Amino acid sequence: MKSLEELAAIRNKMQNQVNLRSEDSSCTRIVVGMATCGIAAGARPVLKAFSDGIQEKGIKDVMVTQTGCVGLCQYEPIVEVMAPGKEKVTYIKMTAEKAAEVIEHHIIGGEVLTKYTINSAIQ
Amino acid sequence: MYRSQVLICGGTGCTSSGSDKIAKKLEEEIELNGLAGEVKVVRTGCFGLCALGPIMIVYPEGTFYSMVKLEDIPEIVSEHLLKGRVVTRLVYDETLAENEIKSLNETNFYKKQHRIALRNCGVINPENIDEYIGMDGYRALGKVLTEMTPDEVIQVVLDSGLRGRGGGGFPTGKKWQLARNLVKDADQKYVCCNADEGDPGAFMDRSVLEGDPHVVIEAMAIAGYAIGATQGYIYIRAEYPIAVQRLQIAIDQAREYGLLGKNIFGTDFCFDLDIRLGAGAFVCGEETALMTSIEGNRGEPRPRPPFPAESGLFKKPTVLNNVETYANIPQIILNGAEWFASMGTEKSKGTKVFALGGKIHNTGLVEIPMGTTLREVIYEIGGGIPNGKKFKAAQTGGPSGGCIPAEHLDIPIDYDNLIAIGSMMGSGGLIVMDEDNCMVDIAKFFLQFTVDESCGKCTPCRLGTKRLYEMLEKITSGNAAMEDLDKMEKLCYYIKNNSLCGLGQTAPNPVLSTLRYFKDEYIAHVKDKKCPAGVCQDLLTYKIIDLKCKGCTACARGCPVGAISGTVKQPHVIDTNKCIKCGACITKCKFGAIIKE
Repeated sequence: MKSLEELAAIRNKMQNQVNLRSEDSSCTRIVVGMATCGIAAGARPVLKAFSDGIQEKGIKDVMVTQTGCVGLCQYEPIVEVMAPGKEKVTYIKMTAEKAAEVIEHHIIGGEVLTKYTINSAIQ
Repeated sequence: MYRSQVLICGGTGCTSSGSDKIAKKLEEEIELNGLAGEVKVVRTGCFGLCALGPIMIVYPEGTFYSMVKLEDIPEIVSEHLLKGRVVTRLVYDETLAENEIKSLNETNFYKKQHRIALRNCGVINPENIDEYIGMDGYRALGKVLTEMTPDEVIQVVLDSGLRGRGGGGFPTGKKWQLARNLVKDADQKYVCCNADEGDPGAFMDRSVLEGDPHVVIEAMAIAGYAIGATQGYIYIRAEYPIAVQRLQIAIDQAREYGLLGKNIFGTDFCFDLDIRLGAGAFVCGEETALMTSIEGNRGEPRPRPPFPAESGLFKKPTVLNNVETYANIPQIILNGAEWFASMGTEKSKGTKVFALGGKIHNTGLVEIPMGTTLREVIYEIGGGIPNGKKFKAAQTGGPSGGCIPAEHLDIPIDYDNLIAIGSMMGSGGLIVMDEDNCMVDIAKFFLQFTVDESCGKCTPCRLGTKRLYEMLEKITSGNAAMEDLDKMEKLCYYIKNNSLCGLGQTAPNPVLSTLRYFKDEYIAHVKDKKCPAGVCQDLLTYKIIDLKCKGCTACARGCPVGAISGTVKQPHVIDTNKCIKCGACITKCKFGAIIKE
């Protein structure tokens, strides 16, 4: 026998999954470089960490997706965060752990983690 | 957790073009590439764009692949799913813009649509109740049972202005109100669903049942609560095996979750559902015949009154609604009557699903707000008519409806407007015809259908439609006189006025509407003994134009009856006495030297 509460619990759990199927151009995009260079440098666990993290926390309006070679192969895995109306943020040499930090501070907290961005390496 | 989900259409259209095998191959390739825990394959219901099937869509990007073949799968997996590189050659070209890929919702086919009844079709896995719940499923049932009285439910449906989507257009709330109040102290009432979609060219009910079966179950339970019924029946035609199978899975899942059965959501409300299969008779889509068939009798209609709300299934008060009508109910409950009533025209609220077919680019399912014009549907959503041909007419309402000529392309589609121009909404089949279609032949086609499907119980329909068909045959064979047209029109009205049920009462509509708008074509058949569109075989002669014929002998070799003679490099001739008018010579001729007139 299902109660209204049980129904709500299933709904909340499933919503994170089906939300992946909505298309919204106003959403923030997290793009992971997944060319040969990126994959060799370990982009797959990073992609997985972002994707799981966003879904587990039920964050809406954020899309995790892949792209090809960004052209800065020595800095791979590279992750770009593109929020509408904001400047693109490029994180370099990412790991699954760093990905969790980015979700926590940047995506949720709104604060760019400058220590991991491309600017930190170039300076 | 999956980072990516690949949705594959599992509707009847895409299944018949091999989407099942593609889904299996996809799962294998995903496994091979070590992506099993990351990418999920979901089989959904119909996306609507059946012309481009098999259809596949990859989220989160929303990449729309069309006409996917089995051999494309390894490339899609290794390129797109593994490396994130979209396989552009397979992307639906309307979504391909310069340097980027547009969202599907921005394409012409989808941007004017508003999906309420089809909202979950092509989005969820219909065989997984959890996905339906994730899309707010069964929340409306919960709300109704715990927060609303039956009268309040009926009031919301009344206020929404929802009308029956099966074609009649009777206000749904009114129907429920009658079933609730007409017979006091009834010991049993029933809720039925008409899923005996029989109109040639209509397949929206099938798509809803295949793509979102739970919405019908939820809505029927809501109807049960509103009128005080504890048992429901879904009458579905056996020709829809995928829909039947998914519906049964859905019913089993709902029972397992306690969403059907006793004391739903811990309230006193009990409701259960069963499927009844139709054996393929068109007349069983008529409500009284449908109920007679559920009772186990031969599917024949009976006179009304009494209406089903008073004495329906097993002589008990019964509500009978169409699949698409039910598919609107949960959203109306959740979003309110005003939300629904804000869409559409003054007397027709909400949206309507149409099955686009015939001479049109994007054959498939579209859901549009009432009041959209036929021109928008055919030219913008449907992508116009292929091969640069000219629009002649659109046929709505199947064998009960009529043809709409070009001069009425700009009227807003709703129940009353369509009836005013001699057609009807029907269940929503919309068949587009171009200049190559003969309207007399179209009328004959639909009449042939009603002659076959007339159940035979009443004479006007049984004999009337047969005589009407014979008159049409006389016209298309060139043996009719002008007074036959008047006789035919008289017979049409006789059948309309005297038939027992909707089948006979509407059967002459295709004839009447073509007589109204395309009388010149009838006259051409009768007076000039010509078929202007070049369809009616008896009125055609095949001819070889001497000047164009090179004497290549291709036609003579292609003729199955040896009707063409001539020597090499000399113009050939067709012996009209031998010619069977099969058209084989026209397809063989490379010089366009053979014409029919």
